[in-house]
Amino acid sequence: MSKTELNFRGMSCPMPIMKTAMALKKAASGDVFEAVADDPAFEADIRAWTKETGNILQGVSKEGKDTIAVIVKK
Amino acid sequence: MEATALETTELNKRVHELEQRVAELSKKNSNLTMVLFSGDFDCAMAAFIIANGALAMGKEVTMFVTFWGLDAIKKPVLSKGERGFLEKMVLMMRHNGPDKLATSQMNFGGIGPKLFRYMMGKKNVESLPSLINMSVEFGLKIIACQMSMDLMGIKKEDLIDGVEIGGVAAFLGSSFDSNTTLFI
Repeated sequence: MSKTELNFRGMSCPMPIMKTAMALKKAASGDVFEAVADDPAFEADIRAWTKETGNILQGVSKEGKDTIAVIVKK
Repeated sequence: MEATALETTELNKRVHELEQRVAELSKKNSNLTMVLFSGDFDCAMAAFIIANGALAMGKEVTMFVTFWGLDAIKKPVLSKGERGFLEKMVLMMRHNGPDKLATSQMNFGGIGPKLFRYMMGKKNVESLPSLINMSVEFGLKIIACQMSMDLMGIKKEDLIDGVEIGGVAAFLGSSFDSNTTLFI
């Protein structure tokens, strides 16, 4: 089980979600990802994405302009 | 009263069939069908962002491209095939390819889209050709409308690679199989 950082700063919709999908596609079950984005839409998008795909959203936090989401592959 | 062996087998068979049917229905609910009717830059952007979003969620997405929407999936340079006079006239007046589309508002004779593309570059918004390529790579099924192609003198070679040709039944078949259908 690995923890990978995903840096989506500077990217706007739909790129953060597309890149998340690409990263998790290659991952093994249980792999953890920490995604950071400064797109204000990212929090809503990542919540919806994890809900639809069944991957686990372990937590979402904010640091200034950044949204940090911890995602675990199902 | 105890069930006979025959009744149990029959029940098992029916349960199995029901399980298969539920699995199929659950899968159908995950599909998205879209129609791209408009050839405007803003409409095409919306369509391909939605398509990419749905593909990123693991859904099957089919986009039926018809009428002005065909402008968005043309290659920048059209094939040299034989065309009638009217067909040539229509093609000359249309915008060919995603980099040449007009915006539905504020086009200002072509300056509008250039301004939008400039702003998109500054804000790091993915360009339309890039969105289109990405969606095809992610598995977007594009069906081009045969009838509109004929009306506008567009041949299959004029469209980007990987596009299928179909008619209204192809669209409706996909639509009835999908949970969501969008007309853009």
